Amino acid sequence: MSTPTLSSPAQTPDVQQPELPTERRIGGGLLDPKQLLKSFPDACKKLDPRVMVKNPVMFVVEVGSVLTTISAIEKPSVFAWVITVWLWLTVVFANLAEAVAEGRGKAQADTLRKTRTDTMARRVVGDWAPGMTGVREEEVSATQLRLGDHVIVEAGQVIPGDGDVVEGVASVDESAITGESAPVIRESGGDRSAVTGGTKVLSDRIVVKITSEPGKTFIDRMIALVEGAARQKTPNEIALNILLASLTIVFLLAVVTLQPMAKYAGAEQTIVVLVSLLVALIPTTIGALLSAIGIAGMDRLVQRNVLAMSGRAVEAAGDVSTLLLDKTGTITFGNRQAAEFVTVRDVDQAALADAAQLSSLADETPEGRSIVVLAKEKYGLRERAQGELAHATWIEFTAQTRMSGVDVDGASTRKGAAAAVANWVKENGGSTDNELDVTVERISNLGGTPLVVAEKKGSEPARVLGVIYLKDVVKPGIKERFAEMRAMGIKTVMITGDNPLTAAAIAEEAGVDDYLAEATPEDKMALIKKEQEGGRLVAMTGDGTNDAPALAQADVGVAMNTGTSAAKEAGNMVDLDSNPTKLIEIVEIGKQLLITRGALTTFSIANDVAKYFAIIPAMFAAVYPGLGHLNIMHLHSPMSAITSAIIFNALIIIGLIPLALRGVRYRPSSAQSLLRRNLGLYGIGGLILPFVGIKAIDLIVQFIPGLH
Amino acid sequence: MNATLAGLLQALALVAALALSYRPLGDYMAHVLSTRKHWRAERGIYKLIGVDGDAEQTWPAYLRSVLAFSFISVLFLYAFQRLQEHLWLSLGFPAVTPATAWNTAASFVTNTNWQSYSGESTMGHLVQMAGLAVQNFLSAAVGIAVVTALIRGFIRHKSDTLGNFWVDLTRITLRVLLPISIVFAIVLVAGGVVENLHAAHVINTLSGAQQSIPGGPVASQEVIKELGTNGGGFYNANSAHPFENPNPFTNWLEIYLLLVISFALCRTFGTMVKSQKQGYAIVSVMGLYWAASAALITFFEHQHSGAAAKIAGAAMEGKEVRFGIPGSSLFAASTTLTSTGAVNSMHDSYTPLGGGVTILNMMFGEIAPGGTGSGLYGILVLAIVTVFVAGLMVGRTPEYLGKKLGAREMKFASLYILTTPAIVLCGTGLAMSLSAGHGGGMLNTGPHGFSEVLYAFTSAANNNGSAFGGITVTSNHWQEALGLAMLFGRFLPMVFVLALAGSLAKQQQTPESTGTLKTHSPLFVGMLSGVVLIVVGLTYFPALALGPLAEGLH
Repeated sequence: MSTPTLSSPAQTPDVQQPELPTERRIGGGLLDPKQLLKSFPDACKKLDPRVMVKNPVMFVVEVGSVLTTISAIEKPSVFAWVITVWLWLTVVFANLAEAVAEGRGKAQADTLRKTRTDTMARRVVGDWAPGMTGVREEEVSATQLRLGDHVIVEAGQVIPGDGDVVEGVASVDESAITGESAPVIRESGGDRSAVTGGTKVLSDRIVVKITSEPGKTFIDRMIALVEGAARQKTPNEIALNILLASLTIVFLLAVVTLQPMAKYAGAEQTIVVLVSLLVALIPTTIGALLSAIGIAGMDRLVQRNVLAMSGRAVEAAGDVSTLLLDKTGTITFGNRQAAEFVTVRDVDQAALADAAQLSSLADETPEGRSIVVLAKEKYGLRERAQGELAHATWIEFTAQTRMSGVDVDGASTRKGAAAAVANWVKENGGSTDNELDVTVERISNLGGTPLVVAEKKGSEPARVLGVIYLKDVVKPGIKERFAEMRAMGIKTVMITGDNPLTAAAIAEEAGVDDYLAEATPEDKMALIKKEQEGGRLVAMTGDGTNDAPALAQADVGVAMNTGTSAAKEAGNMVDLDSNPTKLIEIVEIGKQLLITRGALTTFSIANDVAKYFAIIPAMFAAVYPGLGHLNIMHLHSPMSAITSAIIFNALIIIGLIPLALRGVRYRPSSAQSLLRRNLGLYGIGGLILPFVGIKAIDLIVQFIPGLH
Repeated sequence: MNATLAGLLQALALVAALALSYRPLGDYMAHVLSTRKHWRAERGIYKLIGVDGDAEQTWPAYLRSVLAFSFISVLFLYAFQRLQEHLWLSLGFPAVTPATAWNTAASFVTNTNWQSYSGESTMGHLVQMAGLAVQNFLSAAVGIAVVTALIRGFIRHKSDTLGNFWVDLTRITLRVLLPISIVFAIVLVAGGVVENLHAAHVINTLSGAQQSIPGGPVASQEVIKELGTNGGGFYNANSAHPFENPNPFTNWLEIYLLLVISFALCRTFGTMVKSQKQGYAIVSVMGLYWAASAALITFFEHQHSGAAAKIAGAAMEGKEVRFGIPGSSLFAASTTLTSTGAVNSMHDSYTPLGGGVTILNMMFGEIAPGGTGSGLYGILVLAIVTVFVAGLMVGRTPEYLGKKLGAREMKFASLYILTTPAIVLCGTGLAMSLSAGHGGGMLNTGPHGFSEVLYAFTSAANNNGSAFGGITVTSNHWQEALGLAMLFGRFLPMVFVLALAGSLAKQQQTPESTGTLKTHSPLFVGMLSGVVLIVVGLTYFPALALGPLAEGLH
């Protein structure tokens, strides 16, 4: 008795390429130095104090720059002017970071804007009803369309606004939005009815019911988002800003109150020196890069063809602790595939494969194709063309017979549901035994679909050859991905319409933490609410109208672009590629955004230690020579020391712009190891680097005449 | 046995004793603060003050109770001092002057116990016992009540209330402070501390001069002075006075008493949040700073610089020979790292760097282990700041003990860490600009003179109460300025702590996962220590450079 070895890893037929990215770094585009130059004018425009005041840290630097400028004009000296220039540069560099981040969005917005050029719409006059013929239409500008209008779009025309197809079916070129050149099918009814304004109908004629006001279309929203016009500070950004502002105030007080103390010590300081100390101490690095980090985070999503409707959603993605993943398309390939041929009794494997292939030649379903592919791959059976078997009679699968097959040269082959094929065997004089039942049951228990294959040669009684194990094939690499999620503390829940037995088997194989079988939209909603009540943030994807309530309820709801407008409206992100696996990447981008903020904050604060050691001895070693011992970097002169600290402070902003835009390196791992790594790199690094940097700059600036 | 070994054994015995009391005292306090049962005596008190002992308070209500109670306490204490000549046991002392009475009232109600007077020649026994000592109990209890409210903020979910201030205050006083005080007052008496109601004895000395020896209810006051991290001495010489602190044993015991509650509160915290590890993490940071600080002061005081120190073998100026360097350094570190401010040696006479460490200790915000209650809430706020930055680095909106740290929480935490430095720096800056160069009460010049002013404001704003001295602080503007520094330094942070607690309690709990930052790992302990040093300590670096560092570095 041949025991089916079903637990062995199934050979996946090469039907679909795995779509998981191999590059695990969530990178961003590289920073082009030209971009810095191009953004320079924008950076200067942002010097307007009314704009600057929104960033308290840099506003203080700007006020300090004004003070040093006045002071430098009143009492000109090389030192005063060098400091003044570098303080202004510090402000400009900060603005530059933001301008560069915004600049990238602007370029994308311009491309999008081109698609929005004034299109004409063929609006139906009066009411429209399905199946209406001889409708009257009028030509109007797309901007005149209102909610609920119906428009007719034919091949070659641009869809004038967002809407749902209410009649007809058409292939639509959506490359303007998704960048994907292959056309997609849009048809009335169902989950593929949504069309986006600015996309082009390639064939046929459709009637579209407009679902958005002009100026509020999807493309308009996209433009506003990538340009940063709709950008609002996110909750975490606000919290961080509060902390930075309070640190700035503390250091402001420390510097302002230092003057009377210094006066008492007989070492009254100039405005230039005091401003320098202040700027060196306040967290300028993170203050300068904070908004660029946020914009770049959104931008990284856009580069992955995901549109986040708000920065809040991106942050929430980092916090997600439960991921609801649809089984089909995310965890498994969409279709069941033949994984194994299991023979019964003494039947030869090759014979079973041959019969299975034969019976599937006319079967154009993905399942049927996968059987042919498996037979070829595993047993080297050449694919026979249907034409080779001239006298063959092909038996189509029907819901009644529940089997298909072929009659050729007096021999009949059948494959299909176990009960149906068993009946056929009995009707043709054969018999089935217990072994078949065992095999069939075993496959069912593993979540697979058993297809029994039988044949009848001439007048011999029909006999069962074996069973084809059709399997929901789990995408390769997905299990490792879920293990990473687990390490990050994220629970994965598989959502499927399968029965609990099948669901359990696939859940086990894919390595998800939990599953929801025979899921209805209500079940999904209930699950989300339950998780949220436990304080967990939930992310999910969805495309159907019945997903809309759950998408709205989830903390991160990613709607597929192929989905209905209701789904897109309900979610807080839209995936233009309609790839549900992307949810995992979205979570990683959210985390990376927060980590970048934390890392640069730590870096910025840790920098202060070295700056104290540069500036304090420079200020007071003249009156208290003992404080000269604090000059552990042995900087050339007080003026060169202060200048070096300020130059370092400005340059580090420019140096970190690429990091702010790209985000820090992120590998999915536990909180503990992430903290260890980032604390070591940005905390300890932030402590040491300025010592080296300031010393290096001092070695150069000491040659500037007037800084001795 | 040499002095170093003796000092080391003293410190080790102290650590052992603190470790032994950590668990029972901490758990007992957690029980007292959590139980629903009232004592009969407590019910009587609630009836008397018209409070429903089972009612819960929202954070504004809790705060109003704290402030109202403290306001009335200030008024009462002020009136008490002003009227003392008409009361019993006044020993013939006249009414305390308005400025001193105001300063003293503010000082004792804020747990500072800054004393701009000499106890034995200003205050009668009744004022000492019924006025000052009572505040020693109550101000300590207020601190513990506020940190309890903060802990409740962490452990309550979707709740508007933080407990009942009057219940917390009463229970801490009756069930914790009073029993411990009674036991250890007897121990202190046995150790040689005086306890009587005598006026001063005038005796003739061998050399024929007359000496006045003041008696008083010292032991009973001494014990709560340390236990409640108050620090206001019965005598001007404070714990350097042989009637307050006669020998190395009482000295050791007093250090133990001033540390024990603040350290054990970490256990209370751990027990109440149902994770002892969280308590251990906090107590580790406290212990680290305490040990480092004690070691540093001892090290600096052993330095032989200057003729006198070389002859004595160490910097013995201003220290009692019966305590020596270790006993004095240990006391100095402990008293400035808590809000006690009792002294058994004159900090002003410490080496510049040793004295600098005492100032720095207070500048950290007195969090190692800090004042009763105030030390724990101080370090918890710093832990929140640390979690905020560290939490971002693990890629999540930061969470501490299951509570998310959003804009509202960070607002209050930021205001908290802003307050004390603002008072210290502005106070010192103003004092220097108003009085620099022309007296203004400063008796010394140069960096040391500056250190004395810096010490005064640091001590007042952080509610420590010890002093370098060297300034005539009895003038009205010093009395008023320091009084205000004490009040703002005490109550503004409490406002922010309670607001923070209210905001935390309203949240639901976020469950812990492997993606959550571990706030009990050694890594976190290290990071919190770093934040204390860099965020809090470095704020004062320029000021320290002009004082102790300028004086101490050669």
